[in-house]
Amino acid sequence: MTVYILCFVLFLVGLYGVITRRNLIKIAISLSIMEFSIFLILVLIGYIDNGLAPIVDPGSSAQIYVDPLPQAMALTAIVIGLATTAMLMAIAIRLYRKYKTFDIREIRNLRG
Amino acid sequence: MEGMSTIVKKVTQLMVGPVFLYGIYIILHGHLTPGGGFAGGAIIAGAFILLLLAFGNNVINLKKEVAGSSNTESIAILIVVVMALMSLLFGAKVFFFNFLPKGEPGELLSAGMIPLYNIFIGIEVAGAILTIFLSLVIFKEESSK
Amino acid sequence: MELTISIILGFMIIGAIYALHAKDLLSAVIAMGFVGYGLVICFLLLKAPDLAIVQIVVETITLVIMVAVVLDSTRKELEVSFDRRSLLTTIAGFIIFAGLFYFFYGAIQNLDPLGMHSLRMAETYVYGAVEKTGSINLVTGVLFDFRAYDTLGEAVILYTAALGALTLLRMKGKK
Repeated sequence: MTVYILCFVLFLVGLYGVITRRNLIKIAISLSIMEFSIFLILVLIGYIDNGLAPIVDPGSSAQIYVDPLPQAMALTAIVIGLATTAMLMAIAIRLYRKYKTFDIREIRNLRG
Repeated sequence: MEGMSTIVKKVTQLMVGPVFLYGIYIILHGHLTPGGGFAGGAIIAGAFILLLLAFGNNVINLKKEVAGSSNTESIAILIVVVMALMSLLFGAKVFFFNFLPKGEPGELLSAGMIPLYNIFIGIEVAGAILTIFLSLVIFKEESSK
Repeated sequence: MELTISIILGFMIIGAIYALHAKDLLSAVIAMGFVGYGLVICFLLLKAPDLAIVQIVVETITLVIMVAVVLDSTRKELEVSFDRRSLLTTIAGFIIFAGLFYFFYGAIQNLDPLGMHSLRMAETYVYGAVEKTGSINLVTGVLFDFRAYDTLGEAVILYTAALGALTLLRMKGKK
């Protein structure tokens, strides 16, 4: 139970960053941290004590394997996380070239 | 972006080949060992990024390169969709049906369509990551001029 | 097992808090890398080697891209003055956190404790999956056979993100 609560604390740290930081790079970092906590909680739910990694040995039978379904979900989510982070970086560098700052409040004031 | 020193270039020359081969191994053995199309594609893109960082971008034509990688990923994802549609023609009329013979579990040539999907998803992932990275490099070059 | 994961998670939380409060953007990015590589160790301990391979490569590429962006622009963090508005945001944030934590605590009461997971729906994906898909790596079997629609959607999202970055960076802005 402690592990789940610690995972949620990591999620809250990321949410705190998204709410309070004003730097675009810091916001991207906070979003990545939220993603990491979600991956970890998905894999923790599927873990089984003394289970094997989900690769079947064709010779033997009747083993305990950990749940492959949350792992498959997290696998696709990790690659999507890379794509979204890279796209956020593209937006950030483009805004920096135009406004010479990463501050989101300044960017909102300097519209146009 | 300038290239790095001679030592870095030499070590990169020695290392890039094994990294690339490891990516291909991860993709081809995706149904037998840990890994698969996503991991292998990311490793192959990493090999290209290593080469670009070490040698600088004066040795290649960036515009041609980004057109090539973007076309490659488009064609790869098109082939994945076509392979999924092929199962509507052959076998049961189900999208993403695995209609090739399964073979002996544990052999390299087994599991029907899964190795083919792995290969093309790997090419798609490598192309996408490389496209994003190359467009960032081109943006930096054009704005620093 | 629970103790080991808890210790690594504690280090990851410290790294995350440091990443949010660092004065230098480069050290913030590297502290985020600390969190990501801690996640790799957790995946290895939790018997998920596929995820560990993907995460270690993806984390490295993310770090390269973020370091390139930071070195290309500026390394200095903004001068944050603590005014009335940021005080208001912080108070509202903590009220939201308390509410979220209450609901989360209610939700995890229904979960199985760590290590006692019972395979309910996933039983079909584990037992008898080798005869159905022919792949002895069960994660690949789930990805490309049972749940191939998810994989197709993921590949399309990746394609769209690449085209989006290409469009964003290659178009000419208004002068």
